[in-house]
Amino acid sequence: MNHIISIRDLERPEIDTLLDQAARIDSRHYQAEALKGKILALLFFEPSTRTRMSFEAAMARLGGTSIGVDSVEASSMAKGETLADTIRVVSGYADTIVLRHPKEGAARLAGEFSTVPVINAGDGAGQHPSQTLLDLYTIRQSMPLEEISVGLLGDLRYGRTAHSLAYALSLYGATLHTISPKGLELPASIVNELRAGGTRITEHSDISRAICELDVLYVTRIQRERFPDSSSYFQVASSYRVTPELLSGGKDRLIVLHPLPRLDEIDPRVDNLPYARYFEQSRNGVPVRMAMLLRVML
Amino acid sequence: MKRDAREGLLISPIRNGTVIDHITGGEALNVLKIIGITGTTTESISVATNVKSGKIGRKDIVKIENRELRKDEVDRIALIAPKASINIIRDYEVYEKKGVEIPSLLTGVVRCPNPGCISNTNEPIQSKFEVLPKGLHCLYCDWMITRDITGHLI
Repeated sequence: MNHIISIRDLERPEIDTLLDQAARIDSRHYQAEALKGKILALLFFEPSTRTRMSFEAAMARLGGTSIGVDSVEASSMAKGETLADTIRVVSGYADTIVLRHPKEGAARLAGEFSTVPVINAGDGAGQHPSQTLLDLYTIRQSMPLEEISVGLLGDLRYGRTAHSLAYALSLYGATLHTISPKGLELPASIVNELRAGGTRITEHSDISRAICELDVLYVTRIQRERFPDSSSYFQVASSYRVTPELLSGGKDRLIVLHPLPRLDEIDPRVDNLPYARYFEQSRNGVPVRMAMLLRVML
Repeated sequence: MKRDAREGLLISPIRNGTVIDHITGGEALNVLKIIGITGTTTESISVATNVKSGKIGRKDIVKIENRELRKDEVDRIALIAPKASINIIRDYEVYEKKGVEIPSLLTGVVRCPNPGCISNTNEPIQSKFEVLPKGLHCLYCDWMITRDITGHLI
């Protein structure tokens, strides 16, 4: 079965093929009715705006139809149905299932019980491969993916997008710079695994010292709930804030990405600078997800 | 046979069944747990713990009457007793003797320590771990168990 569960299941040539396909779609080289008559089931058991809407938009642009549920309360899971049963039932209604679920490994389980392809749209603190693909796609719009220097800033302990992106970038020989508050560092298991595979990783305590080395600055949200009180949150958040002054010390080709939603991590004054690519990144969710739907459904 | 007779002072020879020898000292009860033998199962079991062994210092021995363990059952034992040897006994004689090999996949043997893992819910699945040199890797949530494997046995 042609599932897309984790970016780690994809070899580099497969990632390149998906990104190439997304680029062709972006330049309007695709068949608008390619998925006419196909049905996409969107099972979102956790809140989502961008991921859900961009999958729906992607399906609509390819001529297909989307059906789905938005929350546990609105589904039979509220009656105690297992995810396995839900998946068995829904795979009888649709040609592909897109799943977001609070439990890690939920998409892997869904893949075992589904008779149609499953795309993981985020499983708890686990994997979110379509986000990683659109992150890579956005970088590739500005520079080749090979041998670049990428700064990962923010909550690198719980931030699943940063983990997946770090793994994917390691396939392209990237050098990683990590900048995170104490206690929210990239987990040692990930650092060790990446280093064992030959990836160079440098940890920094101050973003202003690392900025001049970066081609890409990937910013993630620092979640308030990780801190004991608001004042300690604001203290940490302010020291990791990306401002025009900070970016003025960066390379000309530096780009700033953020999976969104952002809170205080990026000064709104950055939005209009040439570095800012996060809204473009969000928009790229559509062509990248179109490429994923075409891959699993054709 | 002579040696078996001496051990008989501790635990008697069995007519038919399985003798698991050279278990790491103190791990006999965990071995029984791994192969699914609990106080509620019907097998007659003899256990000797911390017996002197020239080969591994202190060892445990388990004898299970009237049950011949399959290879996949005994291989799970390798996780906690890699030097164990398995003797299949028929009519008091050793019919077959074999070592244990660590399997590449463990299904339903170890509980994932990640409370957020889907395998720790009421879903109709068993935990699945691949056995890697650095530890056990959960095939659902990617968690790695690198220490205290017995503490995670189901």
